[in-house]
Amino acid sequence: MAGAASAFFLLDIKGRVLVWRDFRGDVSAVQAERFFTKLIEKEGDPETQDPVVYDNGVTYIFIQHNNIYLMTASRQNCNAASLILFLHRVVDVFKHYFEELEEESLRDNFVVVYELLDEMMDFGYPQYTEAKILSEFIKTDAYRMEVTQRPPMAVTNAVSWRSEGIRYKKNEVFLDVVESVNILVNSNGQIIRSDVVGALKMRTYLSGMPECKLGLNDRVLLEAQGRSAKGKAIDLDDIKFHQCVRLARFENDRTISFIPPDGSFDLMTYRLSTQVKPLIWVEAQVERHSRSRIEIMAKARSQFKERSTATNVEIELPVPSDATNPNVRTSMGSAAYAPENDALLWKIKSFSGGKEYMLRAEFSLPSITAEEAAPERKAPIRVKFEIPYFTVSGIQVRYLKIIEKSGYQALPWVRYITMAGEYELRLV
Amino acid sequence: MSGHDSKYFSTTKKGEIPELKEELNSQYKDKKKDAVKKVIAAMTVGKDVSSLFADVVNCMQTENLELKKLVYLYLINYAKSQPDLAILAVNTFVKDSQDPNPLIRALAVRTMGCIRVDKITEYLCDPLQRCLKDDDPYVRKTASICVAKLYDINSELVEDRGFLETLKDLISDNNPMVVANAVAALAEIQENSNRPIFEITSHTLSKLLTALNECTEWGQVFILDALSKYKAADAREAENIVERVTPRLQHANCAVVLSAVKMILQQMELITSTDVVRNLCKKMAPPLVTLLSAEPEIQYVALRNINLIVQKRPTILAHEIKVFFCKYNDPIYVKMEKLEIMIKLASDRNIDQVLLEFKEYATEVDVDFVRKAVRAIGRCAIKLERAAERCISVLLELIKIKVNYVVQEAIIVIKDIFRRYPNTYESIIATLCESLDTLDEPEAKASMIWIIGEYAERIDNADELLESFLETFPEEPALVQLQLLTATVKLFLKKPTEGPQQMIQVVLNNATVETDNPDLRDRAYIYWRLLSTDPEAAKDVVLAEKPVISDDSNQLDPSLLDELLANIATLSSVYHKPPEAFVSRVKTAIQRPEEEEYPDGSEIGTSESLAHAVDSGASPPTSSSNVPSAAARQSAPAPVAPASASPVPDLLGDLIGLDNALVPVDQPTTPSGPPLPVLLPASSGQGLQISGQVTRRDGQIFYSILFENNSQVPLDGFMIQFNKNTFGLAAAEPLQVPQLQPGTSARSLLPMVLFQNISPGPPSTLLQIAVKNNQQPVWYFNDKISLLVFFSEDGRMERANFLETWKSLPDSNEVTKDLPGVVVNSVEATLDLLAASNMFFIAKRRHANQDVLYLSAKIPRGIPFLIELTAVVGVPGVKCAIKTPSPETAPLFFEAIEALLKG
Repeated sequence: MAGAASAFFLLDIKGRVLVWRDFRGDVSAVQAERFFTKLIEKEGDPETQDPVVYDNGVTYIFIQHNNIYLMTASRQNCNAASLILFLHRVVDVFKHYFEELEEESLRDNFVVVYELLDEMMDFGYPQYTEAKILSEFIKTDAYRMEVTQRPPMAVTNAVSWRSEGIRYKKNEVFLDVVESVNILVNSNGQIIRSDVVGALKMRTYLSGMPECKLGLNDRVLLEAQGRSAKGKAIDLDDIKFHQCVRLARFENDRTISFIPPDGSFDLMTYRLSTQVKPLIWVEAQVERHSRSRIEIMAKARSQFKERSTATNVEIELPVPSDATNPNVRTSMGSAAYAPENDALLWKIKSFSGGKEYMLRAEFSLPSITAEEAAPERKAPIRVKFEIPYFTVSGIQVRYLKIIEKSGYQALPWVRYITMAGEYELRLV
Repeated sequence: MSGHDSKYFSTTKKGEIPELKEELNSQYKDKKKDAVKKVIAAMTVGKDVSSLFADVVNCMQTENLELKKLVYLYLINYAKSQPDLAILAVNTFVKDSQDPNPLIRALAVRTMGCIRVDKITEYLCDPLQRCLKDDDPYVRKTASICVAKLYDINSELVEDRGFLETLKDLISDNNPMVVANAVAALAEIQENSNRPIFEITSHTLSKLLTALNECTEWGQVFILDALSKYKAADAREAENIVERVTPRLQHANCAVVLSAVKMILQQMELITSTDVVRNLCKKMAPPLVTLLSAEPEIQYVALRNINLIVQKRPTILAHEIKVFFCKYNDPIYVKMEKLEIMIKLASDRNIDQVLLEFKEYATEVDVDFVRKAVRAIGRCAIKLERAAERCISVLLELIKIKVNYVVQEAIIVIKDIFRRYPNTYESIIATLCESLDTLDEPEAKASMIWIIGEYAERIDNADELLESFLETFPEEPALVQLQLLTATVKLFLKKPTEGPQQMIQVVLNNATVETDNPDLRDRAYIYWRLLSTDPEAAKDVVLAEKPVISDDSNQLDPSLLDELLANIATLSSVYHKPPEAFVSRVKTAIQRPEEEEYPDGSEIGTSESLAHAVDSGASPPTSSSNVPSAAARQSAPAPVAPASASPVPDLLGDLIGLDNALVPVDQPTTPSGPPLPVLLPASSGQGLQISGQVTRRDGQIFYSILFENNSQVPLDGFMIQFNKNTFGLAAAEPLQVPQLQPGTSARSLLPMVLFQNISPGPPSTLLQIAVKNNQQPVWYFNDKISLLVFFSEDGRMERANFLETWKSLPDSNEVTKDLPGVVVNSVEATLDLLAASNMFFIAKRRHANQDVLYLSAKIPRGIPFLIELTAVVGVPGVKCAIKTPSPETAPLFFEAIEALLKG
């Protein structure tokens, strides 16, 4: 099971090698380039788009980001999950350094790119991908100083994500609780899938090495402590923690304790698979009149409490790709035809709870159609929205304790927001 | 923080190299540094700047870390081409490895390990020794990996200098990152060594489990992967381990989660308490589901793994089928995998909802996905008896939409449904017949023809329907021809009237005299003889009741499944193939000496076979048919091939392949001779290790095979069987192996014959072998056949004959392939090499600076191969063109010759 990558490649959009590192001398750049350019040419064939492909003794694992591909090649039975994730982390690190990762930024910074690759992967084994710490000892020209005397302690520390000696005048923590609602409604109007994916996004501006402890209204914890839950406590299906959280401790007594990285990161994500009522329900009726005209009638209803308000609501209604001459009326908000997406985009800035709005649209269709038209892609209705100060799960941050040996007081700020994730309602 | 390095890419046109040379030797630091950057830029875009070697190395002694890194980078790239000059760098390396700055010390050992030049390697040992014991953990962690690098270049050196012991000591290092890298290095070294180097004891286990809490996410993956090989002593220990690993399921890094799942599943095997097992299953479900919210590429890996997990432990995700419903924007490769898992999780309880989904997918636009969805409905029908009727009505609804490929796919699955539930749903045949004209794909046609033949007595105009196909008989693909033949015979046996009688004449004539397909001809002759000697017997045979099929086409064989589960998260689990099937790494050192003795190179042989074995399965089995993918075939070879696995559901078809019976063994042979590739490692053969290879000696083909008994009991009664294969290779006589006492081995040279059990379909080098003995279960494993063993000694052609044959073959019989990795260093040596494999030199021509070689060879049945090789001596890349009456074997030829020339 042991195994590592033989080489790492950064390729341009046509699959040509921009930068590569050879670790084992058993896969050549020419070989990889030849294979990959051919693969890209064949695009459209689903079989060839698998992110893991085998050719002539070599396995290529790749992801795309903007106009470049990141790829590893290997001849051993590597850990595929680890390598794919590594490629995504490399993207994050490069983005941290160059703002955007694209062919141009790679060319402009190829020296740093080589240096970073050197630290991130050794002999095909992922090593270190904390951008913030890396930037303490690998710097771009503008910030470069003469010889750095040693690697930051963090690189090899148990706390590998935070350096010592950070100072802030004002110690603050911002905690955003963001819940995305994913929903899939089939053409019979049945909810066939719904879940909520939540994330605790943190931004920390804290001095020293602060010990943090986070308390949630987690039912398991509250019951273990013998407190009555009183309907306030919630069940979280699957919790994932940033590597800074002590997992063994959480397993033991459900305490979330950690030394946070500096700056922003996702402290934890969780999932709730309990059926939730769709917060915004959309129904659409599509009528085709005599092949020349199509009429869409849509109704959007907010199904949450009146005191909450959804903002930036966007309802994307699919429209045949050959539709023209839109004629749209709405009882609220504005609607615009977006032919590039084959959709009508209905935007409502503010949508309070318990309201219902209507849209009526008419399009012309070409009267002549091909005998055997290929089946039309059946896109679902998609909805985007945000509801501030509200969570579906009812999750609450009960406390966030911050203890640092210098004894400063830090202020935690907590915000809640719910938004639409993959929110799809299939058309009848 | 954007840079401006792109300026280094634009250098002046003409005197580039001399100009750079001058700049590199400049006395100004900045100019020097800029010059090195330009050199690296040139190297990056693939220009050859190796001539600047000495000048660049001169810049190595610098205080400037950035410059130093660039020079090192240059060295890694070019040291190999300038080994003598590379020595110049050694002093600086050694000095740098003692630099006060740990960054530089680490950089020096890291870089030295990357320079795969023997002379440098020798000097690496002392610095490495020091750095492994460095005060700074950053240096130690780099040195740990460096031991693996050195082992890859020169394993003896590593063992002689005691690096393995030092590395093992580092498992107890106080720094978690060092521990993790030491584990990764040891695991890799173990993988490439035959003797035990890194065995995890309960002591190391507990140490590593502790380190797990503290090391980086990547380090956690190394440790979990290494630990998953640990076999707990008893249920109690297994439970303890699981308890310490489960917290990892909460890690945000998906790779950590998957490796933890792997380890838990491994230990669960030992846990006896059903409560504990149930609890663990419950615990694993949410993390597995959450993997589906990750990036699509990760989802893909997760889905391939979940596919394995649900085969082993269906309960884990039994209630989670909804999470596998496809989202509109899922990439197609994710949708395909989700579909596969939906079929596996479909049950009487959820089938209605699942069918609604499949129906939805069947009206999407991506053709492959639609087909798979239609097929999924059929597979559910076969799997769930109570839902079969609902499935069929959905299929009929889909047929009514009249989308061509949907109809064809539906007919293919309905044929299987008929096989599964005989005499139940035939009432729909009339509806199917309405779509007859639209069928244009072989498999759909073949299925429809099978249905007509099978139910000829219920279809009034069966003879008319079949007749309409007969007109195009000679043009049809083999699959359709075979079905037409059988269906016509069935029709005749059921309705022995004048019309069918005439038809059968036409068909038999077409299938014997007019065809050159041996399968078709053989089958036709058998029918002919049966019909002419004893029509009643013909009825018994052809119209015999067929065994009922079941939906096992995508189920893996239990032992393979276990092996794959032990490899969760790795490529093996993505391909659904054991690592041996695709790992192509040529092992270094130790095995080298044998290469000379064995021109066909055992190592090269293996790596190449794998290339082929994986070809079809690297991507999920998406395309056509329930012909099982290579992986599924592996799990169910010859003797027990399930009925549904055959695209031709006909008993007669199998007759041809099955007569190659198991043969008993008793005569002793003495073990001797060069090592053979291991086909069945002792670890998967309960202590029995089997190595083997097809070889050619003195004009005869043999299967050279070695049995090693590492188990505790004597093994006897060895028998061997070869599954159908492209060349029809089979044992010419019984296998001769004596009783094997524990710790002993036996070698046998089994004479082989050709054209015994030919498998239809495109040519493949795959050779599936089954071996059994009286003490153990039957072992199935794969080997590959190099086309070269078939090249006969009489393959030499006269020049004139060569030219004539070349001209007489149409251009469509010419196949060309570039072999980029091959270098011809000497024409003479290459010709010798080729001649040793019975490829005979005819003529040579020079064209510009290229040499064009013409050679001939011959495979059995007198099929000639005319070979043209074009190459520039010393430059990588050989163009290989062949012309032969059987161009379909060309890929096999290229594969074989590439391996030969690379060796």
